[in-house]
Amino acid sequence: MRQLEGQIRIPSGCAISAVISRDGRRMTGEKIIESLKPMHDRSNGLGGGFAGYGIYPRYKDYYALHIFYNDDLCRTECESYLRTNFVIVQAEIIPVRKMPAITNEPLIYRYFAQPLPSMLMTWQLDEDDFVARAVMEINTHLEGSYVFSSGKNMGVFKAVGFPEDVGVYYKLDEYEAYSWTAHGRYPTNTPGWWGGAHPFSLLNYSIVHNGEISSYDANRRFIEMFGYKCTLQTDTEVIAYITDFLLRRQKLTLEETASTIAAPFWSTIERRPPEEREKLTYLRTIYSNLLITGPFSIIVGFEGGLMALNDRLKLRSMVVAEKDDKVLIASEEAAIRAMEPDAAHVYAPAGGEPVIVKVKDGAY
Amino acid sequence: MGINYIYPEFEVVRNDARCIRCRVCERQCSNQVHQYDKDLDLMISDESKCVNCKRCVSLCPTRALKVVKSDCLLRENANWSNDNINEVYKQAGSGGVLLSSMGNPKPFPVYWDKILINASQVTNPSIDPLREPMETKVFLGKKGSDIKHDENGKLITKLPPQLELSMPVMFSAMSYGSISYNAHESLARAATALGICYNTGEGGLHEDFYCYGPNTVVQVASGRFGVFKDYLEAGAAVEIKIGQGAKPGIGGHLPGTKIVGDISRTRMIPEGSDAISPAPHHDIYSIEDLRQLVFSLKEATEYKKPVIVKVAAVHNIAAIASGIARSGADIIAIDGYRGGTGAAPTRIRDNVGIPIELALASVDKRLRDEGIRNDVSLVVGGSIRSSSDVVKAIALGADACYIATAALLALGCHLCRTCHTGLCNWGIATQKPELVKRLNPDIGSERLINLMNAWRHEIKELMGGMGINSIEALRGNRLMLRGVGLNEKELEILGISHAGE
Ligand code: SF4
Ligand code: SF4
Repeated sequence: MRQLEGQIRIPSGCAISAVISRDGRRMTGEKIIESLKPMHDRSNGLGGGFAGYGIYPRYKDYYALHIFYNDDLCRTECESYLRTNFVIVQAEIIPVRKMPAITNEPLIYRYFAQPLPSMLMTWQLDEDDFVARAVMEINTHLEGSYVFSSGKNMGVFKAVGFPEDVGVYYKLDEYEAYSWTAHGRYPTNTPGWWGGAHPFSLLNYSIVHNGEISSYDANRRFIEMFGYKCTLQTDTEVIAYITDFLLRRQKLTLEETASTIAAPFWSTIERRPPEEREKLTYLRTIYSNLLITGPFSIIVGFEGGLMALNDRLKLRSMVVAEKDDKVLIASEEAAIRAMEPDAAHVYAPAGGEPVIVKVKDGAY
Repeated sequence: MGINYIYPEFEVVRNDARCIRCRVCERQCSNQVHQYDKDLDLMISDESKCVNCKRCVSLCPTRALKVVKSDCLLRENANWSNDNINEVYKQAGSGGVLLSSMGNPKPFPVYWDKILINASQVTNPSIDPLREPMETKVFLGKKGSDIKHDENGKLITKLPPQLELSMPVMFSAMSYGSISYNAHESLARAATALGICYNTGEGGLHEDFYCYGPNTVVQVASGRFGVFKDYLEAGAAVEIKIGQGAKPGIGGHLPGTKIVGDISRTRMIPEGSDAISPAPHHDIYSIEDLRQLVFSLKEATEYKKPVIVKVAAVHNIAAIASGIARSGADIIAIDGYRGGTGAAPTRIRDNVGIPIELALASVDKRLRDEGIRNDVSLVVGGSIRSSSDVVKAIALGADACYIATAALLALGCHLCRTCHTGLCNWGIATQKPELVKRLNPDIGSERLINLMNAWRHEIKELMGGMGINSIEALRGNRLMLRGVGLNEKELEILGISHAGE
């Protein structure tokens, strides 16, 4: 039997792109889908996906759980788990456009839900911790059910196929987001499973990533000490957990997180002013096993913003540009031009230098 | 039955046509194998005394000499090997415990040799260490995993004391007494030049070597020899020695004949008295006692130095290490059963303890399962023979490696395994001034520096091949390893896949 994603590790090459409005203006998914067309050859039809922020204003206080099910039996089992742990205010099939390019679909559901207060008391966890735990629980223990999106007022949409088809399939033209990220995948094997596509997401964080990190197992074995289970064996998954751990649980800033996972070289640290040197040394020492090596370019999506980051040697391409209130990021300039033909200030950020874009306060 | 003759193990073969009677071999051999017969104008040899240290072979100007294994063996027997039989003869004659030195020479599996390292092809790039920075610096010590912010939300960047090493290798414990002054000086100077550490062993720190303190690990062993305030304060870290891979569960014994001059002063015991390190520390009969010793050493050094606890790799090592991690130790050093020694009972050296590869893998896993791996650093020793052994150890989960035998080889040791006689012809495991002076610390330290620099280059090459440019991204990165010819259980313990998987 061929092994599914998670049972084996599948290296991939990729295309990534993103667009965000600093004024918090909503954009339909059409533009971001356009951006992937000129990068068609960076994917091979074995995975594509999107994350949109600000898409569920009506349910913005509820966790939007997007779940793949192998069949109705899995669904029944998972829904009974959800009912014992959550108040569900809305449960529905995620609407899709059937098309010949996308086949082998699982059942795709979405739930808007809040943890049951009694459960929070029992487990003595805050809401986010509880939801993160429930996601790990479902993904590791309920076979045939897979939560692929669990944030508030945001959602991930992904499938096996070319990303431009995946966007049309999920009707992203009907969603409006202040920030979109997208991913086209070039895996070396046939994962054949939708959960393996990107973005990878936990709570409000989503990650699209291009690269194959050489530090994978060191990172994985470290982060698994803190209650995360890497079920997919993909780089993106482990980066998502690291991000959640550093940003949400350790309350590091985005810059500090970037200086942990793409830490400057010791020789660079030594040249920094004393206070900064002390901080960089501290971060690099305490979380030395969270240093990510090997080629990567990632875009981290979070509530109200984006962060783009390259590995410290810049072994993967990534360019940034601006147009009015928008910031555009992609593996190739062509992708940016496809969204905004006359985008300005095109530049390639240096390795390890985070590009952080935030929406104006109150605008999301 | 008085006949107790064991045919010599080695044969000294002299090509008389080449021999010029210079008598170098005679002067060089502390075991008095060679002798010049004036009447016959002939060099003769008493092979029964030869330990095969190759000193004469190395110095003979005409390459007239070789020492080979004797073929005068007892009748072959797969069960009763020559060694087994001869050891029975020896014990029947002496009634004593057999002594040996250096590491376990028996043909047990060497797991390092059954593990292969990965390299990048196509899907990600390898990195050229000649063009790109490649980092080997490590910090040993407790890190903790939770970050704290002060009331203004600023990061509190204070870490417990760390031992900084320019590469993940240290020279492991060898006491002044078991090895010579010149050997110690070579190690101390090399460690300082390299930005790593050497280790005093349990013999105290010679007054001349206090200047190398920032690159010295000072050891506190069960005999407490040479331990006092200045000593503890001199080192960069303090190591509590519980056990040693070559002789887990037993102490040490340096005979009174070696406790002379400097050594007696450094160990702080009277000349001529035996230096006996008890098997256990008599103030540690349980894990909670260890905690008290760890903290009394921390108190004595004002919490400025990391405390290492060194144990031998034994069956229950994972649980032991987890207990040590919770005892407040900053670093755990584990010594495998192949580790060397200046003297150990043969039976113990050859039969007690477990391989370091398996011990390391299971300790690293246990500490992670318990979520405390970041509370402690792991140093492993007990036969790390090359840079690839170091890379494999780091990938299995070690923070750094201890080497001793490899360092002695760099100083000229020929692994004759007779250190316990105190007649080392290479000036290492001896206190005889005429032998000690054969080891020149200028040359010795230079050779150690060369060796470590060579290893550092090789480590960088191997890392670059894997697409890794910093040693911390290799630590615990077991996906970079594959086993060959290992069974399911071995692979499971090592936590690696088989080659081809
Ligand atoms: S050292 Fe060599 S040449 Fe000199 S006496 Fe010995 S065997 Fe002969
Ligand atoms: S140190 Fe000297 S006595 Fe010991 S094994 Fe090496 S050469 Fe032989």
